[in-house]
Amino acid sequence: MPTSLHPQKVGVTIRNAVKRYGTFSALDDVSIDVAPGEFLSILGPSGSGKTTLLGLLGGFVQPTSGSIHLGDTDITHMPPHKRDIGIVFQNYALFPHMTVGENITFPLRARRMPKDQWPAKLNAALEMVELTGYADRAISALSGGQRQRVALARAMIFEPRLILMDEPLSALDKQLRETMQLELKQLHAKLGATIIYVTHDQREALTMSDRIAVMKNGRLVQVDSPKELHDRPCDSFVASFIGEAMLLPVTRNGAGLSLDGQALRSAHPLPAGNDLFLTVHSEKLAFAGPQTAPEANLLPGRVESCLYQGESVRIFVTLDGGQSVSLRLPSNHSGWQMMPEQGQPVTLALHPEDTIVVPKAA
Amino acid sequence: MSNASTPEERRERRMILLLLAPALIVVGLLLITPLVWMGWQSFRGPEGFTLAHYARFFTDTVYLSSFVQTFRIAFLVTIAAILIGYPIAYVAAKSQGIWPPIILGLVLLPFWTSVLVRAYAWLILLQRRGIVNTALTKAGVIDQPLILVNNEFGTVMATLHILLPFMVLPLYATMKKIPAELEMAGASLGGGGGLVFRSVFLPLSMPGVIAGSVLVFVLTLGFYITPELLGGGRTFLVSMLVSRNIEIYNEWGAASSISVVLLVMVFAIFRLASMIIPFERIMGTK
Ligand SMILES: Nc1ncnc2c1ncn2[C@@H]1O[C@H](COP(=O)(O)OP(=O)(O)OP(=O)(O)O)[C@@H](O)[C@H]1O
Ligand SMILES: [Mg+2]
Repeated sequence: MPTSLHPQKVGVTIRNAVKRYGTFSALDDVSIDVAPGEFLSILGPSGSGKTTLLGLLGGFVQPTSGSIHLGDTDITHMPPHKRDIGIVFQNYALFPHMTVGENITFPLRARRMPKDQWPAKLNAALEMVELTGYADRAISALSGGQRQRVALARAMIFEPRLILMDEPLSALDKQLRETMQLELKQLHAKLGATIIYVTHDQREALTMSDRIAVMKNGRLVQVDSPKELHDRPCDSFVASFIGEAMLLPVTRNGAGLSLDGQALRSAHPLPAGNDLFLTVHSEKLAFAGPQTAPEANLLPGRVESCLYQGESVRIFVTLDGGQSVSLRLPSNHSGWQMMPEQGQPVTLALHPEDTIVVPKAA
Repeated sequence: MSNASTPEERRERRMILLLLAPALIVVGLLLITPLVWMGWQSFRGPEGFTLAHYARFFTDTVYLSSFVQTFRIAFLVTIAAILIGYPIAYVAAKSQGIWPPIILGLVLLPFWTSVLVRAYAWLILLQRRGIVNTALTKAGVIDQPLILVNNEFGTVMATLHILLPFMVLPLYATMKKIPAELEMAGASLGGGGGLVFRSVFLPLSMPGVIAGSVLVFVLTLGFYITPELLGGGRTFLVSMLVSRNIEIYNEWGAASSISVVLLVMVFAIFRLASMIIPFERIMGTK
């Protein structure tokens, strides 16, 4: 029975972290608390500072100001090799001249662990990522998915207090990526380690995380659970970044709301400000019919086009006000029964609970 | 293969051959012809075909000692080039901004001066009452002037100076290709600077060390001016053996046979090295 790996859980606290390159702020006053054992995703467009934030935690980027704590330890100025943080780099950064086994045991070598204890640890790590028997393989003889798992095993064998991953799945094809997402999630459940996971794939973040931190221009815009983030985005940037959302400008109408002169009901309090957008996710829209709730907002329009996408058909509708939205019908029998013709007038229903209004992003 | 090619492909191949023709003719005339002539010479005596020139390798002890000394000096120059070139290439590869071109520019600077001038410059620096000896005597480090030229030391020194770029440039190119993430990964996994250098950077830079060593070694084997000027008759290298045979004895056959043997040895060294790293990498085309 091989020994198993038990990383200690530890929380992370980043306080007012700033990183400037000249006058450019790659990180701008970032503060966040990550709970022990949490799976936190950092989501943001290219150049938003995700890698810089990971570099800060890993010790490769020195903050201009601010502090980082791992549990109770201040690690702001600790050199990388003393931090005990496991990192899976974007391109895995496996040592090409070492075998799988030599790669994975590198942390043990660095810690001067007696050699007789290596095999048990190595086997446990290989078993964890389902690569038993691969210890003597060359890195060049591995598939992308296998390399990813070697990188993972190497980052976990020393039972780090925190594991960072920088877009670990971005190089994989869609199918393998989805398999690895599930495996990572199971691994997280099994190990209970604190994981900070960088991605710019919003679906990946929604699938895997306990919480998601959305970044833009070096700032954290919103930190929330996937469901909150998806259903209650804090502004138009988050709303447009998450899910298949369309943003329609709306105007305040007394206490209510109007879309091109048509009054809308929302079950949620309206945000402050005058630049408001209605966030319409395609899955919240439906064709109005007998089953539509009486309080639903009804939006008349005309079918622009239908786009077959395999599991579903995306239907683009131009509302009478001229704005464009889309909704989906499953590509099953009942879906095809309901499929409208191009140019056909239709009425769409949007429930007040799903009527989300966000302010324009700063 | 040629059966499967389309007329367009064949026409394209003819075009490429045509475009290459001038270069091929120049290489053929200026390189291949002399080599063939040299090979032919080496088997020619007064009475036609002979192996006498090659037989001298086994009878004339000067031949053997000259080859041994040549290889020893090439070896010393190569080792010294690694020891000096590696840190230079490392600093150039790791520095930022304007520093890499400055460092590499300084390494290449001697290329713009003729080998002859540099050899005489070393002579002035290293001779009995040269700058180095004067400075050391004044500083009280030595009582007697050191013998720095007219021996192997002077030869090694000046040859090293001229060939150092052939070590630094392949090393720099190899080091630049080592992804920085590998060292970051090493550090994140708990490796201190020493361990990461020894177990990650050094092994991955070895192709550059081998490429540079092969170039420096092979070039030293055929070096002529520095051993001639700075060896002071105490170094008698293969290149000088060739020139003496022609200048003094007018023995073209003997000179050719020595050149052929040296050429075969150089090919053998390239062949051995290419078993470790591809030939294209030694020549820096990949
Ligand atoms: N060493 C540096 N010098 C100057 N600017 C830098 C440096 N490193 C990063 N930046 C800048 O900081 C910003 C954030 O970079 P970062 O790599 O963190 O982005 P990212 O969110 O990881 O993007 P991606 O999704 O493309 O990986 C970018 O605009 C980048 O150009
Ligand atoms: Mg990045």
